[in-house]
Formats: sequence, structure tokens, C-alpha cells
Amino acid sequence: MAELENMHDNEIKKSHLPSDLDLRVKTLETLLTEKGLIDPETLDALVDTYENKIGPRNGAKVVARAWVDETFKLLIKENCSKVIKEEFGFKGRQGEHIIAVENTPKIHNVVVCTLCSCYPWTVLGLPPTWYKSAPYRARIVQEPRSVLAEFGTIIPKEKEIRVWDSTSELRYLVIPQRPLGTDDWTEDKLASLVSRNAMIGVSLAEEPPL
Amino acid sequence: MNGAHDLGGQQSLGPINPESESSESVFYHNWEKKVFAITLACGFLGKWNIDEARHSRERQHPVIYLSNSYYENWLAGLEKLLLEKKLISQSELTTGKSLDINKKSIAPNPHKAMTIISAGSPSNSEESKPYKFNIGDIVRVRNNHPAGHTRAPQYVRGCLGSIIRKHGVHTFPDDNAKGIKSGENLYTVRFDSNTLWGQDKHELTNIHIDLWEPYLSIE
Repeated sequence: MAELENMHDNEIKKSHLPSDLDLRVKTLETLLTEKGLIDPETLDALVDTYENKIGPRNGAKVVARAWVDETFKLLIKENCSKVIKEEFGFKGRQGEHIIAVENTPKIHNVVVCTLCSCYPWTVLGLPPTWYKSAPYRARIVQEPRSVLAEFGTIIPKEKEIRVWDSTSELRYLVIPQRPLGTDDWTEDKLASLVSRNAMIGVSLAEEPPL
Repeated sequence: MNGAHDLGGQQSLGPINPESESSESVFYHNWEKKVFAITLACGFLGKWNIDEARHSRERQHPVIYLSNSYYENWLAGLEKLLLEKKLISQSELTTGKSLDINKKSIAPNPHKAMTIISAGSPSNSEESKPYKFNIGDIVRVRNNHPAGHTRAPQYVRGCLGSIIRKHGVHTFPDDNAKGIKSGENLYTVRFDSNTLWGQDKHELTNIHIDLWEPYLSIE
């Protein structure tokens, strides 16, 4: 069993090594460029977009707004993609149909894609490695409480867990509960408490420093 | 297809071992950046759709699928699609040398690419169809095991759930993966965790899955 449990670690290590992959991908890039199927400048622009421009700070702004503005919260629970396009300009690929799900004292939400890696790119950027990993995709639908505990998140057994498996083109965004002691906080300051993990639902929003 | 990608409920895969969020990178290697960007850029050529892309990654031996890293599976799928759609030949892929002379570029430039990203590609349809099911209906997921692409995970097939939300007509993936555009009503269905995994668990957990009408039957 120890051997099996190490497999995932080995796969991660393996993915950090392969120089043959550098070569294989470079060969493909050269070929496709020569054939006029890709433009190298477009590749750079795409990487720059998802490394530097579109990421979880977008989602944090949406959550912070929902915490301070009840009407906005109701609107994003109705039609999130339309509202955040109008309010923040967050729009486009892998964010066409976002559903916002709200954590409450009685309900904790968490998101997965068991079949691949569907994820709301426009508000969270590209998914982290663990979200795409076999153990997360396999286990979160069957034993969410144990999986959340591995992230340090303990959900009492009296609290309902709602898992959202993203099998269609709908994309799920968790609105975590607003931490106590933040009543006089500005929206910008509140956004700093919203981690990416909290918007997937594997963590809670951060507590304000004492 | 009952492939290795259909992971919901699989066991003995070990712990998650997540990296801390603050120490993550978006990409870990240059080749990963390239695979990501080349896959998107080739997708812009419009020769295949998202379900064909997903299916190209799924159609691997389970041992290969599970031992590959994430972007290795993307690379495997991309090479397969480029060959199947005859955008490249096997000998070109092997040698890296183009056999086309003075081929005119059809590649979107950065501006065009960003326009495509920003526009997105909604999967819903203007067309509406009468709903077969309503909110609150108890439905059973049909126990079908198609050989092709499908988005009804194995862990809910044959199980009972309730309709909680209706989303109108969305592109039907089983057809889309074959290059046939069709639309079907999409629903979010709620499953009690205890009905999926065993009644003795007494888990206060509900699993929600988006399922198209042809996947469902009324109980």
C-alpha cells in the first residue's frame, strides 16, 4: 500500500524530469510553425495571458463584492457570467457559463471535474496540479471530508457538503463565508482574504490577523 | 468510454499531497507552457471541437493515461488530432520537417487569438426544446456504457437523483465528439452520497452533476 501511495509522488517527480519532452515539443512547434499552423508570437501571448493576466485575483474581486453587496450576490447566483462581464470585464474562454455557489453556516461547497479538468478560467486562471490529479478527482466525490482534511479544512459532520462535478460546460465558483471581524473592511482589503483554494472549496477564507 | 479518465470513486490512488498555494507555479517546465499554448492555438484553427479534444486524451491505454503527467496527456491528444485531421503526417511528426513548400500561414496572430479567448465559445443554444423533466423530479441515470465519448460518469449510472436546476439546450458531447453538432436539455442532478456509495455511511453530503436529457429516465 505504501508503494501505491507513493505512486502519485513519483508521477509528480517524473513530470519534473523529462528532457525528451522538451525535444518532442520543440520538434512539434517547429513543424507546426513551418506549416503555417501556429504563430510563435501567439504562443507567447497565450502563456503570458494565463501566467500573468488571468488568475484567481479576478475571482477574489467577485467574492469580495458579493460579501459587501447583497444585491450583487443575488445577481451572480442568478447569472454570474453576465454580471461579472458587465461589472469587471471578466469574460471569455472557460467562463461562459459560471454558476456561483455560496457557503453558509449549514452548507459547504467544493468543486471538481472527475472526467478531466474543467475549471472557471476567467475567474481562477488555470487549475493547480492537485485539482487535475487522479487522487483528487477520484476521492472528492466519495470521501470529501477526508480530502478536505488533507487540505487542513475540517467540516463538522452536521454540516452538509455539496460537491459539484463539472461534467458540462457550466463552471462552478464557490463564494466562501465572510470571516468574522471584517465588518469595517473595504472591498479591496476583503479580497486579500480570498484564496484560490477557498474559491474551489478546499479551504475557507482566511481569518483577519488579530 | 469507460476509460481511465473516468476517475470518480476510484480507490487506492493515495493522498492528494497538494502544494501550498503560495509556492505553486502556473507551469513547471517550458515544454508545459508550449503544450498548453500550441493546443489552444491549434484549437483556434477550428478543425476540432472541445469534446473531440477531450476524447483524444481519453483514448489512451489506462496505464499510459494514469502514468502520464497532465500536459503529457494533452500532448498525446494533440498529436493524435493533428494526425487524424491530416494537418500533419506521421513522417512529418517523426522528423519535424514540413513536407509542404511555401505553405501560406493560416495561424491566428496574437490579436486574433486574444479576440477568440475573450469571446469564449458558449455551449448553449438559442433553440429551446420542451423539458422532459422538471425541478424536483426523481430521475435515474441510464445504465449505458457507450464506446465513444460521454459525460455521464460511471459512478452515477443506474443511480437515482433529483433535478435541481434546468439550463436549457447545450451542445450534446456524445455527438459533438463525433463532429456532429446537436443540442439537448441540460440539468443539474443532485445525488445523495449515501445512495452512490452505500447507505451505511450516513454522510450529509450531496453530489451534483450536470447531465443531458438523453442520459436520464424518469422513475
